[in-house]
Amino acid sequence: MFSPKEPFACGCLVSKMKKAIIYLEDGTIFQGRTLDTKGETAGELVFNTALTGYQEVLTDPSYAGQIVVMTYPLIGNYGVNDQDVESKKIWVKGFIVKEFCRKYSNYRAAKSLNQYLNENNIIGIEGVDTRALTRHLRVFGAMKGMISTEDFNPASLKKKLKKTPDMEGSDWVKEVTTKEKYIWGPKENFSFKVAALDCGIKFNILRILEELGCQVHVFPATASAQDIKAVGPDGLFLSNGPGDPAALPYVTDTVKNFFGVVPIFGICLGHQILGLALGGKTYKLKFGHHGANHPAKDFPRSRISITSQNHGFCVDADSLNKNEVEITHRNLNDNTVEGLRHKKYPLFSVQYHPEAAPGPRDAQYLFEGFIALMKEHKKKK
Amino acid sequence: MPRRSDIKKILLLGSGPIVIGQACEFDYSGTQACKALKEEGFEIVLVNSNPATIMTDPEIADHTYIEPLTAHSVEQIIKKERPDAILPTLGGQTALNIAMQLYENGVLEKYNVKMLGANYEVIKKAEDRKCFKDAIIKIGLEVPKSSFAYSLEEAKKAAQALGFPLIIRPSYTLGGTGGGIAHDMEEFERIASLGIESSMIKEILIEESIEGWKEYELEVMRDNKDNVVIVCSIENLDPMGIHTGDSITVAPAQTLTDREYQTMRDASLAIIREVGVETGGSNIQFAVDPKNGRMVVIEMNPRVSRSSALASKATGFPIAKFAAKLAVGYSLDEIRNDITKETPASFEPTIDYCVVKIPRFTFEKFPEAKDVLGVSMKSVGETMAIGRTFKEALQKGLRGLEIGHTGLDNKLNYKEIPDEKIRLRLNEPNASRIFYLKYALQKGFSQEEIFQLTKIDPWFIDQISQILEFENKLMAFYRKEKRLNEELLRQAKEMGFSDAQLAQMINSDENAIRTLRKTMGIEATFKLVDTCAAEFEAYTPYYYSTYETEDEALAQDEKIIAKLGQKRKKIMILGGGPNRIGQGIEFDYCCCHAAFALKEMGFETIMVNSNPETVSTDYDTSDKLYFEPLTFEDVMNIVDIEKPDGVIVQFGGQTPLNLARRLHEAGVPIIGTTVHSIDLAEDRKKFSAFIEKIGIAQPENGSARSVDEAIEIANRIGYPVLARPSYVLGGRAMRIVYDKESLLSFIDEAKEVSQGHPILIDKFIEDAIEIDVDAIADGKKVFVGGIMEHIENAGIHSGDSACVLPPHTLSEELVDKIKEYTRQIALGLKVIGLLNIQFAAKGNKIYVLEVNPRASRTTPFVSKATGVPLAKIAAQVMAGKKLDDFKLVECDELKHVSVKESVLPFSRFSGVDIVLGPEMKSTGEVMGIDYSFGAAFAKSQISANQALPKEGRVFVSVNDHDKRNVAFLAKRLVDLGFGIVSTKGTSRVLKSSGLDVVVVNKHSDGQSDLLAYIQKGEIKLIINTPSGERSQSDMRVIRAAAILYNIPCITTLQGAWAAVNGIDSSLHKEFTVKSLQEYYSENCIGCAV
Repeated sequence: MFSPKEPFACGCLVSKMKKAIIYLEDGTIFQGRTLDTKGETAGELVFNTALTGYQEVLTDPSYAGQIVVMTYPLIGNYGVNDQDVESKKIWVKGFIVKEFCRKYSNYRAAKSLNQYLNENNIIGIEGVDTRALTRHLRVFGAMKGMISTEDFNPASLKKKLKKTPDMEGSDWVKEVTTKEKYIWGPKENFSFKVAALDCGIKFNILRILEELGCQVHVFPATASAQDIKAVGPDGLFLSNGPGDPAALPYVTDTVKNFFGVVPIFGICLGHQILGLALGGKTYKLKFGHHGANHPAKDFPRSRISITSQNHGFCVDADSLNKNEVEITHRNLNDNTVEGLRHKKYPLFSVQYHPEAAPGPRDAQYLFEGFIALMKEHKKKK
Repeated sequence: MPRRSDIKKILLLGSGPIVIGQACEFDYSGTQACKALKEEGFEIVLVNSNPATIMTDPEIADHTYIEPLTAHSVEQIIKKERPDAILPTLGGQTALNIAMQLYENGVLEKYNVKMLGANYEVIKKAEDRKCFKDAIIKIGLEVPKSSFAYSLEEAKKAAQALGFPLIIRPSYTLGGTGGGIAHDMEEFERIASLGIESSMIKEILIEESIEGWKEYELEVMRDNKDNVVIVCSIENLDPMGIHTGDSITVAPAQTLTDREYQTMRDASLAIIREVGVETGGSNIQFAVDPKNGRMVVIEMNPRVSRSSALASKATGFPIAKFAAKLAVGYSLDEIRNDITKETPASFEPTIDYCVVKIPRFTFEKFPEAKDVLGVSMKSVGETMAIGRTFKEALQKGLRGLEIGHTGLDNKLNYKEIPDEKIRLRLNEPNASRIFYLKYALQKGFSQEEIFQLTKIDPWFIDQISQILEFENKLMAFYRKEKRLNEELLRQAKEMGFSDAQLAQMINSDENAIRTLRKTMGIEATFKLVDTCAAEFEAYTPYYYSTYETEDEALAQDEKIIAKLGQKRKKIMILGGGPNRIGQGIEFDYCCCHAAFALKEMGFETIMVNSNPETVSTDYDTSDKLYFEPLTFEDVMNIVDIEKPDGVIVQFGGQTPLNLARRLHEAGVPIIGTTVHSIDLAEDRKKFSAFIEKIGIAQPENGSARSVDEAIEIANRIGYPVLARPSYVLGGRAMRIVYDKESLLSFIDEAKEVSQGHPILIDKFIEDAIEIDVDAIADGKKVFVGGIMEHIENAGIHSGDSACVLPPHTLSEELVDKIKEYTRQIALGLKVIGLLNIQFAAKGNKIYVLEVNPRASRTTPFVSKATGVPLAKIAAQVMAGKKLDDFKLVECDELKHVSVKESVLPFSRFSGVDIVLGPEMKSTGEVMGIDYSFGAAFAKSQISANQALPKEGRVFVSVNDHDKRNVAFLAKRLVDLGFGIVSTKGTSRVLKSSGLDVVVVNKHSDGQSDLLAYIQKGEIKLIINTPSGERSQSDMRVIRAAAILYNIPCITTLQGAWAAVNGIDSSLHKEFTVKSLQEYYSENCIGCAV
């Protein structure tokens, strides 16, 4: 870490051509080097502590608007393949690692990570003291930053960074949601019809729902309640996604129309939206949870899952009406809310990612819980 | 769920002596468990036959039994102590096997002892290959195709059905003893019959070969609420076919996608649940076909293992401690993560560095054995290195191995190695394959060809290639510019190149490189091992070095000072590095004691070590832990940042002692005995003059720097002579030399070992009794901690010979003389701290053989025998206390007798003769305590897995020298009810004494009568003393058969006498057990630290 007064005091000595710097909004500068991609990019810096799963991270729409720092230093070891994608494109604004792997090794690999980033025009830099950067973000909180391979002038970078919007209050969902409604899964012979509000849905959620016999109607986040009801869903799914849940009143309002109408299951941003729709509040965490090792306790089942997490915002436990809403899950590291359910309506949600990808699959039983609710609901109908 | 309240007293089983496959990792796990359970208020009964362990320190458990680890012995302890429960999952395979036996023979039920951690069915399901296979298939996972066999016939049938190559794995053995890979029927028959023999239940598994597949291990923990976490994943660099203990391994797994890793994780969860391990740690091994990702389950250990120790050190997650807490009722979320303080243990550690473990071999000790690796473990120790990249960690690990490499260096000139040799060394797994991999790349082999030859994953091959490519780039620059620039030097350091390695590359010297990089501002930075990749604040100062922009050690230091409100004086303790023959757990024990003692005195203790198996590298043994190689450079980097007030070099064996001079010259404050005094003791010439000056006898000797000088000295003092290199430990390359010819061949071999130091030549005193003394001196006073009389005569390395304390045949007068000499030497050498002296007594004359101004291998044994913690006292003396500050009484009148016996690894090295000599070969030791020499010796033999027989036939064959004395010995055996079988020569002597002897042919007589006797199991004890240096090949066959059939084989007459004593005692006295605490209370042990 270097104070802004003495930029470039230290760090890896790299030839000018490949030099890249990270300028943080508090003026701190980190150095690294770019492999191929050149240019500038800005976003909120977050660190991810998962040891594996960089391809899933890159393609997870929840990272839209963010620059991701991987804490594991060796990235790219197993290359990139055609299967492990969570959406159709890379969403991260930039990618920071200690060392990109030159030669990947895995029977499924189709190309190197560098090539993948290059083809998608994403700036990836290496040679960064990612532990120092992570510690900085932990102490001072997630903040905006800029990667540049061209402009190394702090004053000018500062000006540019000012123009980047803050994460708080930003609606990133409109960037990532599907433009048109589409159907995922079998055309016929399915057990349940699920309507999913796509706020940045990960493919693995869709894969799992499909495996469990669902036909999923994926709607743009802006879809109206009438549009959704028109397909006659057995359940409503609220997806993960990027940005501040408080900036999405249009989604929250839509969701309210389904309370007690069909079973609802929300994941991550979907969970926050549900929290807001139930009258709660959300707040921004200091540096968020981004990793694959967070213990979450499921109180009703008295069971701990090691979970995949990726969120910067959180539902405020005190803001929920205790008579209506029950907090079902908490994070054992910091006791934040990880899940809730309604005492009357068939709806529940979790802050973490039971669909994993990347991360442990401990909590996939939650999808079965959703199926069970839909089954019951159908019976009543 | 809180702690169980239905149990109060817990029996914990240790793992016994250090053997290949079961080393000090179980001291680490057992000690952690003891501490954790004691903290919870349980009363702990501990059994371990190994005195060199921290866990057998009398203050660790409430009742400490240094008794044999056999079902019979443990039953006596259960009968006496009546524990409520037994915890068998922390003492390796030994503990697990004993618990199984105790269950099977009804002892646990009889005394109502519950099994904690894993019950009988669980252990059976995991350990019994057939049950395990069924369990795996039941949950939908795959195992390699296989069959079981219980006889050679059955095995052959199965082999034909499965097709070669095949792997043979015996069930219920230690570390894969007796297993192997067979490529044809002939090889198969040999390995299969050996395997059936070595299996406790005479069962072998024959399975499809998955040689060359990728190998992985996952460390899993489960609690009683069915919460399961994976602590660490490990990927083996060496593929399937090489025992994981002999493989270079890397944490975390490098080449698995998240999808594949999660599949493996899911499988691990399913396996631990299906097998039913109730609480605690398990290790599960997988193989993955690199071509298509097919995953098969290899095996599971339902207990903590060597890999758990590695995983604990690699992540900071203390598996053994948590396993103990889970066993007594806690769940993972109820246990706090010590490092982060605020988060619970129910998480999966994530790391932001790369860890490389490299095994250490000692094939040089067994020149007859090939250094080829396979499924049976051969390594005796390991080193672990942490770096920000694999390249850095690998190079740190290679220099931390202390085998003369400065990293992935160029010890051999690749140009001089023929391609064919490279192909062979790559294709046949061996101890130096990693270096040949580099030579191959240097010679232009393609990565593809190297992969085909080694099946090492291309990822690793390319990483090594990157190191080489950088080296070439740096060399090209240097050749052109005749200098190094900052950019290259920094990159070199980031890639783990050591200063010494760079110096070798450019023909410079290490100090010059060090100075150069320091002027360029290139300094090591220290990062924390924190279980969470910096996501949470860490409170435990556990560091590794790397070359990055931010250093965390200084900031952490300020936090500590702020918390304590004061700055403590710092003392740094240098550990012993990887275990090897001659330097193992004993030295780690001493280092731990130094840390404990100095902490008590209020110092801040800093431990430096690179051995993941040890207690010293537990983050709560000292105030700070630096997990670093023990080289000058790495130690100086820590000194630069910590600026210790004192550094201790005399506890970690030869490793730190070898650094002493350079550290001293660099201005490092070494406390205790000065470097000058160390030198005086190590330099034979100076030492000889010193001994002469104080007027003590010594064998005639000289030190030679040339071949001519050596011959001249040997001629002058007369053969036989004892020849050895200086500055080595464990009698490395030491020989008794009988003529000029063998002297020349010795010099040839010693050249490489001694590296410029002179060769020492001593007159060999035949038929002398060897005596070891451990003492502490403070400059004015000397405390003789213990005098040990060796059972074998001088000439057998002290580390290999059995010894007894107090001495049982020495006269009071001799003992007094020995004490007096010890005082004179200690004061004359100005020793501050520990010293060890070896004497030889012949008649009434005492000779000084050797003085070591440092902790010795026997320090822990003496401490356990006498109850006086020598290492602790010595550490405090070094830090300024005086001996008078302790109430010490030299206790000559101990009521009990302690015998130390060594444990030898011969069964691991086929083709090696088991004869003892001046070069140390044992891997570990056991201790037997009782009220008579015979009883203590008998116990020590049981513990060393060579229990003396109570009846049957004894084979006696001795060399001419021993023939004079053999008759009386044989007579005693006959009196004790044994029959005697003998060869012609020896039988003549016996018959002439009127003994009834069965005469057998030696092997070379054309028949193998004797072998037939052995195979039929009729010989219960072998007494065979080899003749001279050239041992006869027929006797080698007999000794090899003894190993194979596990018949106690004694190769010295003194050893045979001790055995007779032991047999006598076990025939006439009941086997009884007693705790250390009880023994101590019977003696006037005058020590209060």
